[in-house]
Amino acid sequence: MSLETSSKNNGLMDKRSNRISVLAPVSEVDRFREYRRMWATFRKSYSSMAGLFIVATFLILAAVGPSIVPFPEDALGSIHLERKLQPPDATHWFGTDEVGMDIYSRVVVGARTTLWIGVTITGIAILIGVPLGLLAGFGNIWVRESIMRVTDVFLSIPGLILAIAIVGALGPGILNAMIALSLVWWPGYVRLVQSKVLSIRNETYVEAARSIGASDFRIIFLHILPNCMSPIVVKASMDMGMAILGAASLGFLGLGAQPPYPEWGAMISIGKNYLPDWWWYTLFPGLAIYFTVLGFNLLGDGLRDMLDPKQRS
Amino acid sequence: MGQLILRRLVFMVFMLIGLMAIVFAISNIAPGDPARLAAGPDATNEMVEQIRVERGLDKPLVSRFVVYLTNLATGDFGTSLHTKRAVFDDLARYFPATLELVVLSISFAVLLGVPLGMLGAVFQNKVPDQTIRFIAVSGVALPMFWLGLMLQWYLSLEWDLFPLGGRLGIMTPRPENITGMYTVDALIQGDFRAFREAFWHLVLPSLALSLPALASIIRVNRAEMLETLNKDYILNAQAQGIGPFRVVSAYALKNAILPTLAIIGLRFGWMLGGTVLVESVFDFPGVGLYATKAAVNSDFDPIVAVTLVLGASFMLVNLIIDLAYALLDPRVRSQI
Repeated sequence: MSLETSSKNNGLMDKRSNRISVLAPVSEVDRFREYRRMWATFRKSYSSMAGLFIVATFLILAAVGPSIVPFPEDALGSIHLERKLQPPDATHWFGTDEVGMDIYSRVVVGARTTLWIGVTITGIAILIGVPLGLLAGFGNIWVRESIMRVTDVFLSIPGLILAIAIVGALGPGILNAMIALSLVWWPGYVRLVQSKVLSIRNETYVEAARSIGASDFRIIFLHILPNCMSPIVVKASMDMGMAILGAASLGFLGLGAQPPYPEWGAMISIGKNYLPDWWWYTLFPGLAIYFTVLGFNLLGDGLRDMLDPKQRS
Repeated sequence: MGQLILRRLVFMVFMLIGLMAIVFAISNIAPGDPARLAAGPDATNEMVEQIRVERGLDKPLVSRFVVYLTNLATGDFGTSLHTKRAVFDDLARYFPATLELVVLSISFAVLLGVPLGMLGAVFQNKVPDQTIRFIAVSGVALPMFWLGLMLQWYLSLEWDLFPLGGRLGIMTPRPENITGMYTVDALIQGDFRAFREAFWHLVLPSLALSLPALASIIRVNRAEMLETLNKDYILNAQAQGIGPFRVVSAYALKNAILPTLAIIGLRFGWMLGGTVLVESVFDFPGVGLYATKAAVNSDFDPIVAVTLVLGASFMLVNLIIDLAYALLDPRVRSQI
């Protein structure tokens, strides 16, 4: 059936054909065609490509940052009072801060911190949220109600406020900020996965698997979870941006990473005291946050359009 | 309708108890002995023991939770270590300021977002649309605190258009306390100078705070408008010779109300969280700044209180929005 539809619409960017073959790719050739078509959808949109470009740059900087920056010793804190608060020039592209550290080096090295923060928060949120969502979608009414009501309560508190409360209890610091944000972030995944499971659990192929004696475990991990993957991937990409924003916010408030740790939010929290005369101290870390979050958002939008043609706007 | 409101209110009470349970759990994960913390660094062991008994900290967890609930229900939120006042009084002082800020932000988001979204749809893929889409995409990605700092730098320090921060100038006499919201109080007393100044102090923080909501409202309205403009009744209106301005404002605008309401409900939580950031940038004495100062000083009672108050406001706003939805859209009413 899938072979028939995809050969009939071969080369056409038809929404319907795309959807049908996403659900049931059979042969290797089919799968390859499917990927090529998805890539074509993605490539067509400027904003998706811009997002991909920004995220790729960010990942490269996070990987090689400390070895390409001009002043690697400034990344974790060093003092050169003889060159403090210098405006941007050829040696110090983004200027220097109040103890003479090179801001360009610190912003680039900060990419690694930021990536680490984003991946940890999103990762923990997925590890808590997805299993709970599967359980809530698949379990009996008591399991579902108890998981979903707890989720509702968590979702009813503004995330940043709850994170501040948790950091207030644990004490400021980058690790505690990450724990706090992870604890705030998981409910979104529970709701997403639960609703997805509810809509899939009565599909014919799940029924078929059950009828030939597949265990619940097998059905969940082989039939249901793979079909939940695309919304999870899309949400994860968006959440990377939002988690980075959240961690930077806590850093800015003095509750996250502590200076001189190279974290963008923490840099701004010191830099703001040097506005307006030493504007570069605040401007560049802020731009770094903006572009990174923008990149992940655009990438998320692109991935959604690519993976879920039904929601395409 | 009455039954619906009642059911939702009962549900909200349960949600609030759940919220208190979460906050109670958080306050119990705090490392260190709470009795010793409350007693201060110089306290002897006997004093610590006395405080432990006084505060019921020697009792089991469940009975402590009950005590905690009754205290909260009677308005006893504890005492703030850094302001040395009852948390309830602090909240009464700071909450109106935050309310003022949030209400103005929502107004900005709606009043700018709806027309901009429509403009984008009308000029689809032309220069105005691309500019508007750029605003919409950036709005969610810009760190609110950084935007606040940049606005402050440019509009207050360089051009001197807006005050730097706070709620009123130091020299301006405070309007008499009626609601606690300076703009409202000044208006009630007919003091237009104070009103103008209080409003002027609110503009920059609320602009910064409104941006994520503004971006979402633009996005949703643009999409909604694009869809509506293709409907038959729009074509019919155009065929009858009704001018383009009237078609958009009278026929299409109505469809924008519901999605905008939904976005406000979704974004309101983010906005309450954002008050923490914006208030600390603009040194605006609201609950957000209060909570931040408390968190930095490990002063736990105020954080708990702010979390509860903001959580409850978020629930209340969502309840109101759901009810407004039911009032405005008969299709939704039949579903609830």
